[in-house]
Amino acid sequence: MVPASNTDDKPGPGRPEGRNAYGEATLPIRVPKSKITVVQDYLKQCALINALDAVDQSQIQGVDVPKRRVKLPLYSSKVAAGFPSPADDHIEKRLNIHDYLVDQDDATFMVTVTGESMRDAGLLPKDIAIVDRSKNAAVGNIVLAVVNGEFTLKQLGLTEQGKPILLAANPAFKPIEINDGMEFEIWGVVTGSIRKFL
Amino acid sequence: MPTFALLDCNNFYASCETVFNPKLKDKPLVILSNNDGCAVSRSNEAKALGINMGAPWFQLKNRFSKSGLIALSSNYALYADMSNRVVSLIGNYTPDYEVYSIDEAFLSLDGFPPNKITAHCRDLKNTVLKHTGLPVCVGIASTKTLAKLANHCAKKRPEYAGVCNFNELTPQQLDAIFKALPVNEIWGIGSRLSAKLNPIGIETVFDLKHAHSRTLRDKFSVVLARTITEINGESCIGLEDAPPPKQTIASTRSFGIKVTDIESLKESVTLYTSRAAEKARLQKSHANSITVFIQTNAFSDLPYYSNAFTVSLPSPTNDTRLLVKTALWILIRLYRPGYVYQKAGVILNDLVPDAGRQLDLFFDESPVKLNKRDDMNLVMDTINRRYGRQTLKVASEGFKAPWKMKQDHKTPGYTSDWNGLIKAN
Repeated sequence: MVPASNTDDKPGPGRPEGRNAYGEATLPIRVPKSKITVVQDYLKQCALINALDAVDQSQIQGVDVPKRRVKLPLYSSKVAAGFPSPADDHIEKRLNIHDYLVDQDDATFMVTVTGESMRDAGLLPKDIAIVDRSKNAAVGNIVLAVVNGEFTLKQLGLTEQGKPILLAANPAFKPIEINDGMEFEIWGVVTGSIRKFL
Repeated sequence: MPTFALLDCNNFYASCETVFNPKLKDKPLVILSNNDGCAVSRSNEAKALGINMGAPWFQLKNRFSKSGLIALSSNYALYADMSNRVVSLIGNYTPDYEVYSIDEAFLSLDGFPPNKITAHCRDLKNTVLKHTGLPVCVGIASTKTLAKLANHCAKKRPEYAGVCNFNELTPQQLDAIFKALPVNEIWGIGSRLSAKLNPIGIETVFDLKHAHSRTLRDKFSVVLARTITEINGESCIGLEDAPPPKQTIASTRSFGIKVTDIESLKESVTLYTSRAAEKARLQKSHANSITVFIQTNAFSDLPYYSNAFTVSLPSPTNDTRLLVKTALWILIRLYRPGYVYQKAGVILNDLVPDAGRQLDLFFDESPVKLNKRDDMNLVMDTINRRYGRQTLKVASEGFKAPWKMKQDHKTPGYTSDWNGLIKAN
């Protein structure tokens, strides 16, 4: 008796091409006995990758990306048009605002100005004051002080009795005299400020 | 003789918060762990109330509300920034140091004139306080283990004013200190080991110093024998310049709310995988396999389910998208509806360094495509470093993350967010 065979001449017998775990046509091959598990493991991985590729890519939404920082190159000479620029050899490091404003990186913190008390010294609401903790405050410096647990920006002064006094740069604000029993600390010295117009 | 110093920030997290909110000064303050679980840092005043490390917040809340106890969620971005400032200042005082944890660093002071070392460290302590507002203590000794103990003395004994140099003490003074210190104060001797040492007559540092090293080595471990050598002033543990790359990287969290749907799980697993992949790229290593686990709360009355599955990767990778794909594939198979999930996690296993990356001969990915994946990750990491985490992310992470951890009492990013700066008039 001839065993049932699926090698008849009917066109396109068996499973349609590519409809298997690997997503492509397959062929029977001879494999050394000792390598069967190796090949099978590898094929399992192929099937896994194939399954992973089929995972639906969920829809993509946009997110806001902050504006690109503009870097300004500083040239040491003018550029002559139409001629290979001799200035190319002299291009220098771009200026960095951080370097300009910050002296002691480890000790520098920023503070948002909230009121008008330092108006005449050029500190307006929403300005950002640069505060350096490493500096020792001198009379006349603008300081970030802590009075009874509250932060305040004022100019440091001394009374005739040699006591510290905090002066506003706006006639509408009274000076704050520091008396015994008050909690007072100079948190840092204001070394600069930043303001944005746009 | 080598000289080591250990600089340790006092109540680090609580101190960081107080720098930016002076009202917290001299108040009982605790910083809570992730998800506002338990106390991980305490101010001196909170310690004085008898609050223990790790005390759960829900207990503290009721017991100490009348004592004015203040609790804050942990603000890790702030603590990391303050820690970096301290480390950078240490660099001005010695070129050789090892950052041991977020609030501790070992310094090597070899070659400094011995009679100037205490003054040098006191200057460092004062500079850190002035520049950052953080109080620190320094312990100095001839070994790392002793430097740890010296730091303990600097912290606990006011007569040293924050800097304690064992090398300047007489043997009699040292013996008195060692006799007063329980053995579990020693670096590397935990409560379990000390519970085994106490019955055999080793209760204090002094006892261990004079114990028979050979016997204890046979009875316990060579590590303990090494500790004894270190306590006797002979250095066996040097500075580690860079911590060895981790063999596994885990990123797991508890959820802030009850999570039942697979969509939320997908988002959280995507986030944790992205984090883990980022960490792997930072230490320049590639994972050979990835594990995902999900679990419900074992301590509630609701039905319990916990499962994990590991897939080995065709070739080592640290590509976010490939890992996320794999992690989600696993998650779909782990997920069972009808449970209230409390925690999920992703673990990257068998990490290999960039150099030792073995590519798969059969894996259907050309070197060109592989390089593209590397480039893509580089772009993502660079953008996220410049514009802040999460600027560029895999979309399956979602955008709202309602399952994210509970941080009800978190302070603003005083040093990392333009809107979070200190405000002053």
